[in-house]
Order: sequence, then structure tokens, then C-alpha cells
Amino acid sequence: MEPEEQPPAASEEPTEEVPETPAQPEEKVPEAQPGTEEQPPETPTETEDQPPETPATLDSDEVRIGAFICHCGTNIGGFVDVPAVVEYAKTLPNVVYATDNLYSCAEDGLASIRDAIKEHKLNRVIVASCTPRTHAPLFQSVCEEAGLNKYLFEFANIREQCSWVHMKEKEEATQKAKDLVRSAISKAALLVPQEEMRVDVVPRSLVIGGGVAGLSAALSVARQGFDVHLVEKEAELGGFVRNLNSLSLAVKSAAETIKPLIDDAMSHENITVHLNSQVEQVNGFIGNFDTTIVTDGSSKEVKVGTIIVATGALEYIPEGFYGYGMYDNVVTLTEFEILAKNHKLPKIQNVAFIQCVGSKGQDKSYCSRICCGVSIKNALYIMENYADIVGEEGGGRVEVDVSVPEISSRRRRRRRITSAEGPGAPGGAPSGGPEITIFNRDVVTYGAEHEIYYNKAREKRIRFVRYSLENLPKVKLEGEKLAVSYFHQTLKTDRKLLADMVVLATPLVAPPDASELSKKLKVPLGQDGFFLEAHMKLRPIDFATDGIFVCGTARGPADITESVAQGLGCASRAAIPMARGFIQAEAILAQVDPTICTGCGTCVENCPYGAIRMTDEGTAEVLAAACKGCGCCGATCPEKAITMMNYTDEQLLAQGRSILEGVP
Amino acid sequence: MTEFKPKIIGFLCNWCSYAGADLAGVSRYQYPPDIRIIRVMCSARIDPMIIFTLFKEGADGILVGGCHLGDCHYISGNYHTEKRAYVIEKLIEKTGMEPERFRLEWISASEGERFSKVVGEFTETIRGLGPSKVKEDPELETKIGAAVGTTLSFRIRALLGHEIQMAEGGNVYGEKVAEEELQKIVDQAVEVEFRRNHILEIASSKPSSAKELSQVVGIPPDEVVNHIATLRQKNLLGIDHIDGMTPFYVALLAGGD
Repeated sequence: MEPEEQPPAASEEPTEEVPETPAQPEEKVPEAQPGTEEQPPETPTETEDQPPETPATLDSDEVRIGAFICHCGTNIGGFVDVPAVVEYAKTLPNVVYATDNLYSCAEDGLASIRDAIKEHKLNRVIVASCTPRTHAPLFQSVCEEAGLNKYLFEFANIREQCSWVHMKEKEEATQKAKDLVRSAISKAALLVPQEEMRVDVVPRSLVIGGGVAGLSAALSVARQGFDVHLVEKEAELGGFVRNLNSLSLAVKSAAETIKPLIDDAMSHENITVHLNSQVEQVNGFIGNFDTTIVTDGSSKEVKVGTIIVATGALEYIPEGFYGYGMYDNVVTLTEFEILAKNHKLPKIQNVAFIQCVGSKGQDKSYCSRICCGVSIKNALYIMENYADIVGEEGGGRVEVDVSVPEISSRRRRRRRITSAEGPGAPGGAPSGGPEITIFNRDVVTYGAEHEIYYNKAREKRIRFVRYSLENLPKVKLEGEKLAVSYFHQTLKTDRKLLADMVVLATPLVAPPDASELSKKLKVPLGQDGFFLEAHMKLRPIDFATDGIFVCGTARGPADITESVAQGLGCASRAAIPMARGFIQAEAILAQVDPTICTGCGTCVENCPYGAIRMTDEGTAEVLAAACKGCGCCGATCPEKAITMMNYTDEQLLAQGRSILEGVP
Repeated sequence: MTEFKPKIIGFLCNWCSYAGADLAGVSRYQYPPDIRIIRVMCSARIDPMIIFTLFKEGADGILVGGCHLGDCHYISGNYHTEKRAYVIEKLIEKTGMEPERFRLEWISASEGERFSKVVGEFTETIRGLGPSKVKEDPELETKIGAAVGTTLSFRIRALLGHEIQMAEGGNVYGEKVAEEELQKIVDQAVEVEFRRNHILEIASSKPSSAKELSQVVGIPPDEVVNHIATLRQKNLLGIDHIDGMTPFYVALLAGGD
């Protein structure tokens, strides 16, 4: 069956209206509105301090639960006997009020909850309807409007997990709905009000990495009025793009294109640039990270509210592939760009590009996705600058560009097979134009920009030859030329091509030091070693850890446009808590009882967020703003000194027991 | 006789498997109605103590659902769940209960159909096994009680808490412990702690001699005596009375690890 989003508009529409619907003024004015985000900062958040007229009788021990069972039109009502569930709920302990709503999330449904809280002095509310994943915040806010702490609300999911999946068994579904309501009520009776903690956010960002992504992020954060510390491990800004010669569709050279970014960052008053620097240490949590930046051996402590990771990627070195490292004129894409940029290209007429070298099922499993575009860009560069390339004096041998230390040291290791005279410099300009072949497994020129280049390449008669992983081309030296032998898939024959240069398109790979940074920041890496975002689709530049963001090739191969967009995205994400000035931490937290804690440190070790630390007294302490409430520590604590608020052992057991007890 | 309707509890993590269950609903994938779901934020919240307590109280089956390994919303929670599930399974083996009554599954938010299939299969399995025998079989009940005690023992909890760190990050001296070796340590700890808790559980229902304990637990008397010594040191076991030359032991509530 095809997934279809329900329910009908009638229930969804009012849902969206609600946050904007003002409560009755006469209700709102005299009340302190405990716990709501909208309240002015000076209002105390303690539920205990509620004014006496508050309906919730929290100070008394009497638990007064209201149960609201939703028909959801016919979504629940059509498959579950809702009135029977209501009657059943009325018989359950502590339930003082139960009713049904056609749509609990519609304004009249919400009003009935609000009114009942006041009228029946409810101090716990359960709604049995859809899923808490979408609707808990709405009902919680209604509770708050009526003066009830939002943590005194509990949900029973009788739609997604009952009526919709037992559509042919009304009796069974009704029984299950009763059980789920009973389970929710048993937990509700044990709920206690929680106070959400408000933590100030330091209005300062740390951007790690000074490539295009990091520069874009840093500038955008700075222009929004926040301080930025930009940390770059190299001696200059610009990152990987510094290696490049040309950029797709850009008229200017790569260096000229990114120069304004670098100049603006260097001169912006809000940006402190740390060159030759590394982030040594990171402690704390969103709003309050204590970081140490080390520059040439001297360290500096910087307190920041947010962190943006833009550490970039490296080009894969194709050792052992296609004679790389053996033959001078076998180079990587980036090496080709460096040669072109420095006008050191040899006289080349026949050039073979080989795509996917080391990627897509070879050393690396993934597709680096930008290399097809880059190869086509460079093929066109040869076409368009052919006269310059072949016209140069003394060409014929690849020169090493010593200005880029990484590349020169890599090339120095090569065994030079060719003699000092070079691989037979073709004296003078070769006759005819350049012949370029791109060996590919399939051409990935995604998006408008790269596709334009692909079509242009076709027009210019650049040849695209397909190969398969089972039948890789081979490169060897044949006289003065590089012979590329390959299997022609259409002709089904072995073919050979003589080339002056073979350019290997290798994937972008995560730098080896990424894992060290991931440990310092306590953020994860994916299986390919790139930083792993919180959600592939919906949170592509967030980490699961609040206040830390990722952009550019640090999170996977990306072109410049994408890196810039992600950098700007990170800046916007980072600015949210900084502009707001504080964060309100959800109160689903671990709590350590220091009288039971023996200070064994197991929880400290297990917390994925570094949210637990040892106090001077030798007991564990939870940093509320950093705790995400997963409960791992609580389930592990050898002394059972940790309580998971809102998901306590007692609450979970009560739910389980109430399910087991059946019809009382 | 009425048709057996098993009582199955599903603990699902909020981010993946609970969302997967929601998707099953949105997609109208029908499955048997016997499961009752309890939402937790992370599968790592599930203390093994909770599992055995609910088995002791008559759960016919318990399903724990978490995110796929590597996809945990809380970065690494489900790796802890996996370690705990291992201990839960080991302990179920020792109690003699049918191991199929406990199941751990990784279900993502997009696997609505898989969720419905898993629940369907699991429900079928439990229906096939019939009702839990805990309530009719005092011996099984005692053993499940011993398993609850084992999950609360400092040794097991501390081992579970440090296991991943010891295997991946090394101990305080930076020495990594090999996976197999670690497993051996855990197996042995589970074995010993289960026996001790079994002794305690028996002694809590009726003052027992070492000989009686040896017979019921099914281990040699000298081993029982060793366990008794340890338990007495921890103030978990005391002497109820002495009959002739034979002391009868009783579990004490005051003690602790």
C-alpha cells in the first residue's frame, strides 16, 4: 500500500492555527504562564510558585487526571469504539474527567482541554489520539496555557499504532486502545512537573577551516554582528581551491574568484583569523563551549556559543593505479590544475582522463560526484587554451610545482622511468587539434551547471568511453607515449589509445585528522570518514549535538557552489541561538542523586554528549544544557543513582505493569 | 478455552522504531493487535532490570526496537543496547525461559512495512509458545527473580557500562581488551552473579541450608558455600536459625554491593 499522509484537512488545519490563536485575555493576564517560552525573563519558572488561582492542585497529593479521547474524524472513531474507551477511562484510578473530541487538535478540542483543566482542577492530562512525535508540543502548549506544567501531559497513540493498523478488528482495536489509555494514565499519575533550564548563549562562533565553506560561514556570521574566530591550519586562507586553476563557468581564475572572500574575512572587524592554528580542546555545550586554539605552539582560550566545522577534504592519492607514481605524465586532476595554473603543462595533444579512480567500489565505496564535472572542465580548458599549451617552449615533461609543498613532496617520491631528456618532447606543435578521451563508468554531471559543460564537451568532440569495474583500462609506457588499453563496450573489442598525458580523477577523501577533531567535538564520522550530519534529509548541516554544524567537503564531496551554500546555511543555523541569546533545554534529563552516587564514572564514560562531569566532591553531575535525555547513563549506573526525568524506572514499569494487568 | 491473546510489550525508541511504527500506521500496514508500545527516547534507556521485572510479572513477549547501528539519534546508544541485549539473552538462557520471548530489532523511521512484519512474526512466535509459564512455575519465577537481581548487581552493571570503552578505548592503562576476552569476562560474571542471585532468591522465600541451596541451584555444595560467604560479606545473606549443626540462610534486604 502506498503511504499516504492523513488525517483530512479538517484536523490539520486547526492544528496550524493554534499557536497563533491567542488565549482569552481575561485568562491570560492574571496568570504567570509558568514554563512557556513567551514569558518575560523576570517571571520565575518554578511551577511551585504558581499563583493560588492556578487550577492545577499540585501542592495537594491528589492526582486528578483528565483523559481526552480523540475520534480524529473517522480515523480513530471508524475503527475503535471511542465512547467505550471514554467510559472505560472514567473507571480508572485518578481519572476525574474523561471525554471524547471529534478532533482534539482542532480549536474546539483544545478549548475543551483548556476548560476542563480549570473546571475539574486537573493536574495531569492525557490525550489519546495520534502520535506524540507530531502533536505532543501542541497539547503541551495547551496545558501550559491553562497553567499546567507541560511535563504533566502524557500521550496515548491510538491512531498510528492502533486504529490504522487494526482496521478489520474493531473489538481488538478497542481493547488495545483501552490498554494504551490505561498505560498512559498509569504513567501520568507518576509525572512530576519539570522546569526547563534557560542557558545564556555566548554570541561568538568558532569556525574551523578557512576554505570557501568556512570563509562563507565566517563572513555571514560576522555580518550578522557576531564575533567569529576563524581557525586555519595552513599559513593562508582559501583551502583546497588554492590548488585549482579554473572554476566551472567562472570567467576569472580560481584564485581571483575567491580573493574577495579571503580579503573580506581578513579585514572584517568581527573576524579574528588564526593561521597556522589548530583547535586543541573543546569542552562544554551549546552556548558555552570552552575551546583552546593553538598557534605555533602557543595556546589561547576562546569561549564560543557555536562551532562550525569546515575542515574540508583531500584528494585521494591513487598509488598503484594506472602507473601513477611510475610515469611522469600520469597525474591526478588536482595536479593537472596546479600545472595548468602555473603554466607548466607539457605539450600535450592526446589526453586521457580516467574517472572514478579509487572510488565507487574500489578503495572507496562512494561516488565523489564532482570529478566528472571537473574532468570535463579541464578537458575544455585544454581545448580552449590549446594554442598556449602547445606553443610554449621547452614543454614535453611534467614539471613539479614546488610552490605547493604537498604536491611536490608527493611527486618527489616517484620513480622516474623516463630519461632526463623527457618522454620524447614532440618537437614543435603537433599537427591537428587536441584529442581528448574521458574514460568513465557513467558520467555524473548533475545539475544545470555541470550539464552545460557536458553538452559543450560533446559539441567539442571530446570522446566519452565507458568502462566497467570488471574491465579496467590499463596504462603503460610505450616508447614516448602512454598507451591506454581498454575494452570497448559497444564494439566488444580490446582497443588501444596513445596519450601524452593521463589524468586520473580521484575522489575527495576525508582528511586523516578528521577523526581526532570528531573526538574532540564528540560528533560522529560516517563510514567514509566524513563528518556525519544529524539527518541526511532534514538536518543536513546540523550535528546531533546542538550548537555544532558542518559544511563544505568536510561532510562529503561538494562543489564550490554547494560548499558556499552550506557555509551560509551553517551561519544561519549558528545565528539562531546566538540571536536569541539563550537556549531552553528540554527537561527530559538525567538526574544524579549525590547521596547514592559513588563516583565510579561509568556515566561520564557512557554519555555521548560529555554532559556528565565529576564534581570536586567526587560525585557525578549532569550539565542540564548538554544532556539530551537519552537515558543511557541511567540504564547503566551501577548504583542506580541516576533518574531519567519523565522516563523514570517507576514510570516505565508502571506502564508495563498496567499493560500486563489486563482488564482490572 | 478462550483463544490465547498474548501480552506483548514493545519498547521503541522515539527517533527510529517508534517513528517506524507510526509510518506503519500512516501506510496502513496491518499487523496483529497484541503488542502494546511504550515509547522511550532511546533503546539505551531500557534497563535490563525492566525487561526481567516485566517478564516476572507475566509478559508473554518483549520487543525492543532501536535505530540501526550507526544511525542512533544519540550517536552510540544502540551499541549499549546491543551489549545489554547480549546479557539479557544470556540470562534468559539461564532461567530456562524460551529465548524467543525477547527480541531486539533495529527498525528505522522509514521501515514501516518492516515494523509491521517484525511485529507479525514476533506475535506469531509468541502465540506458538503459548502463555508465559512464570505464574504457574514457581521455579521459573524464582529464576526470573534471580535474573532481576543479576541485572541490578554492581558487577554486571559496571561491566556493561565499561564494556565498549574497554574494547575500543582501552582501560585506564590504555590497554584494549580483546572482544573475545571481554565476552568471556561478561559470560563468567553473568554465570556467577546469576547463581548468587538465585541463592538469594531462594533464601528470600524460605530459610535454606547450603545443601538445599546446592540441590535447587544445581551446583556443588562447596561452590554454594563460596557464594554464601561472598553474599554474607556483602550483608545480603544472614543466618536465620541453626538446626543442629546446619545453618539456615535467609536473604537480607539491608545489604548491598
